[in-house]
Amino acid sequence: MEEILDILNGLGLDADFENCTTLIDDGILESLDIVTIIAELSDAFDITIPARDIVPENFNSAEAMLNMVNRLLDE
Amino acid sequence: MLFTSYGFIAFLAVLFALYYLVPRRFQWLLLLAADVVFYACAGWQGLLFMAATITVSWASTNLMGANLRKQKSYLASPEGKALERDERRAFKKHNEKYRKRIFILALIIDLGILAALKYTNFIISNVNSVFGASVGAVDWVLPLGISFYTFQTVSYVIDVYWEKVEPERNILRVALFTSFFPLLIQGPISRFGDLKDTLFAEHKADFKQISFGFQRILWGYFKKLVIADRLLVAVTALCGDPSTYTGAYVFIGAVLYAAELYADFTGGIDITIGIAQVLGVKVQENFIRPYFSRSIAEYWRRWHISMGTWFKDYIFYPLSVAPWLLKLSKNARKKISDGFGRKLSVYVSTIVTWFLTGLWHGAAWNFVVWGLLNAFFILLAEEFKPVSHRFREKHGALVNGFCYRVFETLRTFLLMCSLRILDCYRDVAVSFRAFGSIFTELNWDEAFSGTLLQLGLSGTDYIVAGLGVIVMFAVSCVQEKRGSVRESLWEKPVLSYAVFFVLAVAVLTLGAYGVGYDASQFIYNQF
Amino acid sequence: MSKKRNKKLHITCIAAFFVLLCATVWLLGRITQPKYTSGVLEGAMTQEYYDEKYSHDVVFVGDCEVYENFSPVTMWEERGITSYIRGSAQQLIWQSYYLLEEVFERESPKVVVYNVQSMKYSEPQSEAYNRMTLDGMPLSKHKIDAINASMTEDEDMISYLIPFLRYHSRWSELTDDDFRYAFSHDNVTVAGYLMRADVKPMTKLPTAPVLEDYEIGERCWEYLDKMRELCDANGATLVLIKSPSLWPHWYEQWDGQISAYAEKYGLRYINLLNVSDEIGLDMQTDTYDGGLHLNIYGAEKLSKYFAGILSDELGVPDRSADKDIAADWQAKSEAYYALYNAQLAELKEYGYLKSWTLGEEK
Repeated sequence: MEEILDILNGLGLDADFENCTTLIDDGILESLDIVTIIAELSDAFDITIPARDIVPENFNSAEAMLNMVNRLLDE
Repeated sequence: MLFTSYGFIAFLAVLFALYYLVPRRFQWLLLLAADVVFYACAGWQGLLFMAATITVSWASTNLMGANLRKQKSYLASPEGKALERDERRAFKKHNEKYRKRIFILALIIDLGILAALKYTNFIISNVNSVFGASVGAVDWVLPLGISFYTFQTVSYVIDVYWEKVEPERNILRVALFTSFFPLLIQGPISRFGDLKDTLFAEHKADFKQISFGFQRILWGYFKKLVIADRLLVAVTALCGDPSTYTGAYVFIGAVLYAAELYADFTGGIDITIGIAQVLGVKVQENFIRPYFSRSIAEYWRRWHISMGTWFKDYIFYPLSVAPWLLKLSKNARKKISDGFGRKLSVYVSTIVTWFLTGLWHGAAWNFVVWGLLNAFFILLAEEFKPVSHRFREKHGALVNGFCYRVFETLRTFLLMCSLRILDCYRDVAVSFRAFGSIFTELNWDEAFSGTLLQLGLSGTDYIVAGLGVIVMFAVSCVQEKRGSVRESLWEKPVLSYAVFFVLAVAVLTLGAYGVGYDASQFIYNQF
Repeated sequence: MSKKRNKKLHITCIAAFFVLLCATVWLLGRITQPKYTSGVLEGAMTQEYYDEKYSHDVVFVGDCEVYENFSPVTMWEERGITSYIRGSAQQLIWQSYYLLEEVFERESPKVVVYNVQSMKYSEPQSEAYNRMTLDGMPLSKHKIDAINASMTEDEDMISYLIPFLRYHSRWSELTDDDFRYAFSHDNVTVAGYLMRADVKPMTKLPTAPVLEDYEIGERCWEYLDKMRELCDANGATLVLIKSPSLWPHWYEQWDGQISAYAEKYGLRYINLLNVSDEIGLDMQTDTYDGGLHLNIYGAEKLSKYFAGILSDELGVPDRSADKDIAADWQAKSEAYYALYNAQLAELKEYGYLKSWTLGEEK
C-alpha cells in the first residue's frame, strides 16, 4: 500500500489518494491521469494492465488499485 | 424517415398504441418489427448490411461465450483442479487465443463494412491527388446510421470479449439492440449492458414515464424546429459563400452555428430519449449542458458523451496500455528523459484517438484537422496544468469567483466555436482563411447594417430564434442548479400542462416546418 | 395530496391539454389561412359556390379561361339563363371533376361546360394553385379525392386537413383582414365571374414554342371520361369549349384530339377561337392583359354570344319569370354593377386597379 501511495503522490496530481474512494466517479481523475497512473504502475510492478481492467471500480481508490495490482501479479 | 416528417409522427403514434396493447412478452418483438419498417423506409439494401453485422456479432459473441464456459467448467472440474499452476495458465492462454481470433475476425468484418462503405471515396481521392491517378469514385449507398450501429455492435463484441457482459443467445435480441430505431439517427451510441435491462423487458404502461417521454419529445421538437431549422438558413448562407462573408460574418456564423448545432443535436437526442422513455427503455444521456464547460476536456465529457466514452474506452485506454507503446515509452524514459517518456504514451494515445474521432465525423481532411486540433488543445491544457495549479492556489478567491468562471466558460465556448469553423466550411484552407479574417477584417459595421437580413431570415426570425435560445439557456441554468425541470413541474400538474401547452403551440406556430421550409436533415444523420 | 387524487388531476389536465390544443390549432388555422381579399383574389373563389341559394341550369368548370371570360349576369340579362362558374386559377381537370361531383350532389344542372385548356396538364403542377382551388372546399369525400389527385410530391394530406400546419408561418404577416374574415367572407366574384374592368391591348404575341410531345396525357382523358360519365349519369349535357383567349397557345394538334374525342362520344365541342370575329372580340379593347384574359367588355360580348348557343341550341330555359330566382339575380346584377363602378372609380383615381391586383404593372 505504501508503495502505491508513494507512486501516486509522486505524480503531482490534485487528488487525495489516502482517503478518497470515488476518484473516478467524482471526476477527480481524468482519462489522461489514469493513463499516467497505469504507465507508472506497469513500470513499478512489472505487470501488464489489460484494457479490460480499466474500469472505474479498479481506479476509484488507492486500495482498489492495489487489489488490481495484486490480482494481476497473481495471474 | 426524418424525425420531423408527418410520416414519422404517424409511425410513432401507431407504435406507441400497439406497444401497450400487445401482450407484454411481445413488446420487444414489436420494437424489432418497427425497426425493420423504419429501416426499410430508408432503403432495403441497408437491411442487408445490418443483417450481416448482426449475424457476425451474434455468432462471434456466442462462440466466445461458449469457449469461456467450457474453460471455466473444465477448470472447476476435478480434472481441471488437479492441474499445476503452469498448466492452468497454459490452458487459459490457449483458450484466450482462440477467443481473441474470433474477436479480431468479428471486428475486421464489422469495421470493414463501415470502412469500405464510408471511406473508400476518401482514400480514392487521396490516392488520386498524391499519385496523380484518376481512379473513379464509387457510388455506394451509405446505410442509414451505419456509423452508430457499427459502433454499438463493436462495443458489444468488445465487452463480451472483455467478459464485461454475457453474450446474448437470441439473435433477435441482438438484432433489436443493433437496430433500435431511435438510436439510428444520431445516437446515443449505447452499450449493451446499459440497454439490455429495459430494452427486452416487459413494460407496464407507466403514466409518469410516458408523460415525461412525451414532454421530452416536445422539448426536442421545440429546439429543433423553432431554433435549429430556423438558424440553419442563415448558417448555410454564411458558410456557403466564404469569399463574400468574411471577418465579422465568420464570427457571427460560428456563434449562430454553435446555437444551431446545439439545438439540432440535443433536440434530436431529446426526441430519441423521449421516444425510448415512452417505450419504457432507458437510454443514457448524451449531453450535460456542454456549453457550461470550463475547459475543453470538460466539454468533451459533456458533449456527445456516448461518442467520447466510446473512444475513451475502446481506443484511448487500450492504446495507452498497448505493449508496443509501453515499451516505447519505457525506452524513451531511459534514453531521452524521464518526463518525456512518461508523457509519450499519453500523447500518442490522445493524438491517435482524436485523429480517429475526426475521421469518424466524416471522411475528409477538415474533420481530421479538427480532431487533431482538439488533441492539441487538450494536451496544451495538460502541459499548463502545473502553472494553472499554482495560479489557482495563489488566487483562490479570484478563481472561484463568478467572473472567472464566466471567463473560463466563455473562453471554452469561443475556442470550440473556432474549431467548429472547420465543420462549417468543410475545407481546411477555407476554414483557416475564414478564421484569420475575423482578426484582419473589421467589417462589423457592415455586418450590422442590414446584410444579416439578406441571408434568408427576417428580423422576426432572428427575434424568434433569439428568444428560443434564451428559453433554452434559462432551462439549462435551472437544470444545472436544481435538476430536472419536468420533475419539479410534476407536482403541479396544472402549471406543468400549461407550460407544455404553450410549448406545443409555440412549436406548431413558430416551427420552421412544412412547405416553404426545406426539411433539413439532422446534421448528424449522415455520419 | 393523495396519490389517487393527483392522478385524477393529471388525467383532467391531459384531457384539457388536448381539447385546448385542438381548439387552438383550429382557431389559429382559421386565422392564418390566407383570405385572398385583396391582391390575389383567386383563392377565395371556390368557397363562394356554397352560398348559392338557387340551383343553376348551367355550370362552367375550368381555369381562368372560364372565370375571367364568362359573365353569368350578362347571360341572365340576355336570355334568363341561370349559370355558375366553378373555376379557379390553373384548375386542373381532376379538380374540375371533383368540384363537379360536388355540384351534382347539391343540384342538377342541365348543361355542364368544360373549358379544355387545362387538358394540357396531366400532372399536378403547383402547391400554391392546389391550395387556392382546394382549401375552399368543405371536408368531404370529394375533397379528399381531389387532394389525393392534386398533391405534388412534397405535399401532405394532413396539412390540407389541418390548415394551420401549412399556414402557421404566416403568424408574423397577419393583417386585420385575417381576423375579420376568419369565420366569414365577402364575395370576390359574381356567380363565379372574376371581374376586371381595366384594359391592356394586345401587342404582339410570342411565337408558340415547339413542343416535344403533342399527345394529351392519359390522365386527362381518364378524367374527361369520368366527367362525361358523371354528366350522363345525372342527365346533364357535357359541352366542351375552348375559350377565345389567345395565350397560352392552343395547338392544332390538341384541337384535333379533342375534336376526335367529341365526335367519338357525340359531344359538342366549340372552339370559340374560330368565331372571335362573330363574337365581335377586339383584342385592343377587350382584354386586360394583352390577350391572355378578357376584361369585362370582352366577357360581356362572349357571354352574349354563348348565351345564344345555350338557349337556342342546347335548350337552356329562360327563368326570368320565376320571381324568387329573378330577385336573386337582381341582387347579383346589382353587385355586378357596383363592382364595375368601383373598379372604374379606382381606374380614374389611380390609373390602375389597386384593390383587385397586386399593384401597378411596371
